[in-house]
Amino acid sequence: MSSILVFIESQNNQIKKASLEALTYARAHANAANTSVFALADGHLSSEVLSQLGQYGADKIITLTDDRLNNFDSKAYAYMIAEVAKTNACDVVVISYNICGKAIAGRVAKLLNAGLVAGAIDTPDTSNGFVVKKGVFSGKAFAYVRINTNNKVIALTPNAYKTEACPKAGAIEAGNLNVPAEQFSVKVKDTQRSSGKIPLTEAELVVSGGRGLKGPENWGMLEETAQLLNAATACSRAVADVHWRPHEEHVGQTGITIRPNLYIAVGISGAIQHLAGVNQSKTIVVINTDKEAPFFSAADYGIVGDAFEVVPKLNAAIKKFKGQ
Amino acid sequence: MKILVCLSKAPDTTSKVAFTDNDSKFLEDKVTWIVNPYDEWYALVRALELKETLGGTVTTISVGGADYEPIIRKAFAIGADDGVRIDLVANDASVVAEQIAAYAQDKGFDLILCGKETIDYNGSQVGSLLSAALDLPYISLATKLTINGTLAEVDREIEGGKEICEVSLPALISCQKGMAEARIPNMKGIMAARTKPLQVVAPVESASLTEVVKFELPAAKKGCHYLTADQMDELVRLLHEEAKVI
Ligand SMILES: Cc1cc2nc3c(=O)[nH]c(=O)nc-3n(C[C@H](O)[C@H](O)[C@H](O)COP(=O)(O)OP(=O)(O)OC[C@H]3O[C@@H](n4cnc5c(N)ncnc54)[C@H](O)[C@@H]3O)c2cc1C
Ligand SMILES: Nc1ncnc2c1ncn2[C@@H]1O[C@H](COP(=O)(O)O)[C@@H](O)[C@H]1O
Repeated sequence: MSSILVFIESQNNQIKKASLEALTYARAHANAANTSVFALADGHLSSEVLSQLGQYGADKIITLTDDRLNNFDSKAYAYMIAEVAKTNACDVVVISYNICGKAIAGRVAKLLNAGLVAGAIDTPDTSNGFVVKKGVFSGKAFAYVRINTNNKVIALTPNAYKTEACPKAGAIEAGNLNVPAEQFSVKVKDTQRSSGKIPLTEAELVVSGGRGLKGPENWGMLEETAQLLNAATACSRAVADVHWRPHEEHVGQTGITIRPNLYIAVGISGAIQHLAGVNQSKTIVVINTDKEAPFFSAADYGIVGDAFEVVPKLNAAIKKFKGQ
Repeated sequence: MKILVCLSKAPDTTSKVAFTDNDSKFLEDKVTWIVNPYDEWYALVRALELKETLGGTVTTISVGGADYEPIIRKAFAIGADDGVRIDLVANDASVVAEQIAAYAQDKGFDLILCGKETIDYNGSQVGSLLSAALDLPYISLATKLTINGTLAEVDREIEGGKEICEVSLPALISCQKGMAEARIPNMKGIMAARTKPLQVVAPVESASLTEVVKFELPAAKKGCHYLTADQMDELVRLLHEEAKVI
């Protein structure tokens, strides 16, 4: 009986939310297919942290403790995942379609001769083959993709599948795989992270600003909104291009694609290339002086008004709501 | 320095997305095809910059039908030396990767560059698949690339920041914003593009591992609920009670 393997990513002794989503997803599929879920995790994690994987549906947790894996290397990681899948008779591998997942999903698929769906947003439909729904054309459509191979790799879009506890045994088992030295190909010389910030791709709430804010000095009020909501900040390309905001905040066709639960767009016109990166957000709020701004046609809630009047009022309302 | 750039076409973002044949096929009638922006602006231009400082050649490779011709000629106009088209209309990333691998495996490229993703199927997978097929080191989502002897020094995006890495050549790298500034072809380039060699190669045998059974358009938004600046308490209530997002 073949099982499902979920690759678990962690950072600072914490499991990434995207990986818990992948685990929840795998559990849901396992329940439907009547099979079990194995989680592959870093053996440096404390047993307390690892037990979370049992809470979210792992029947077994396979750990590997290898300091060389502290640095991300797509070749070594893909080798590791494929080998663990083989030795544990897993025919379905689920990983998050986040930055790391994008680098390894294809490699794992190739090593397992598996068909791959990258960017899945729903559990497989097995009523007629093995069909997985994914987003295509920059969020403007969906495709139902059938995987025709025995082995299958699914890379799950972050924020597309809500985490849900489903306690299982979660027995921890130390794996005995030794990744050969020649699988390591990348030397990481330095890692630079803006500390304390929520990564945009993982954020459930995002507050974003465009050229309508007139200058970088006016971002204070948006940062306040973000802080009150525990949201991440983003911006349009026009804003990143003139260096009002850092490039990693730029969302859209040529920037990052996000699908938060809430996207608040302030002073952004809603050009099609911008929408391509945000139109899969669950709820969109648009604040713009121009009632003809194209963004309103993608909005759930709209305020035709001046950001400099609306945003402070919004912040006051959020404070009241949060009881501050 | 022998550089190979993977070049894909993509529908212009402003193209209407519609389907035909029982929603099983993308309707291409009114689509304007462009060079996939990541391939053109970042992979190709960075390859040309490296060639300009280090010498060598920049070859493009595409897996696709005859309609790829203008895409490849545009890359020539920007500065690529020559191009290869593998004559196969592929709709599975693994097939694209197999085809490119079959061509590239014995050609001695020092560096293979691809784009972050194609903007139609948004796979971001050809690079990863190809790196496995050729057993090359792979760095994805690179924002900076310099060559230092036989080493590639690369900045790559990670969640909430960047990482500075090093790999030995040959290597495969997927490129995105930051890598280079887009170039516009000049008249001389456009003239030269007509006569640069474009080789059409027959595909090797390869099987599709996946197929699209059906496309679907998202449900239409139910329309925008407008509020005034003085109704922010109401907005917060709606976000909490109706949308359930805060
Ligand atoms: C190939 C290509 C790729 C691109 N990729 C991207 C991408 O990835 N991401 C992206 O964002 N863009 C992208 N663009 C650019 C895109 O087309 C737009 O030019 C850009 O998004 C505009 O940014 P903006 O909305 O901030 O600015 P503008 O278009 O200048 O809009 C500013 C808006 O602010 C409003 N406004 C003005 N004052 C106020 C005020 N006081 N209060 C409230 N509202 C106010 C205005 O009514 C206007 O709607 C791309 C373009 C091309 C050609
Ligand atoms: N048909 C193709 N021919 C050549 N290169 C391609 C093709 N499709 C994709 N690529 C390359 O692979 C990258 C990633 O594509 P994708 O996996 O489709 O998102 C693109 O940016 C191109 O560089």
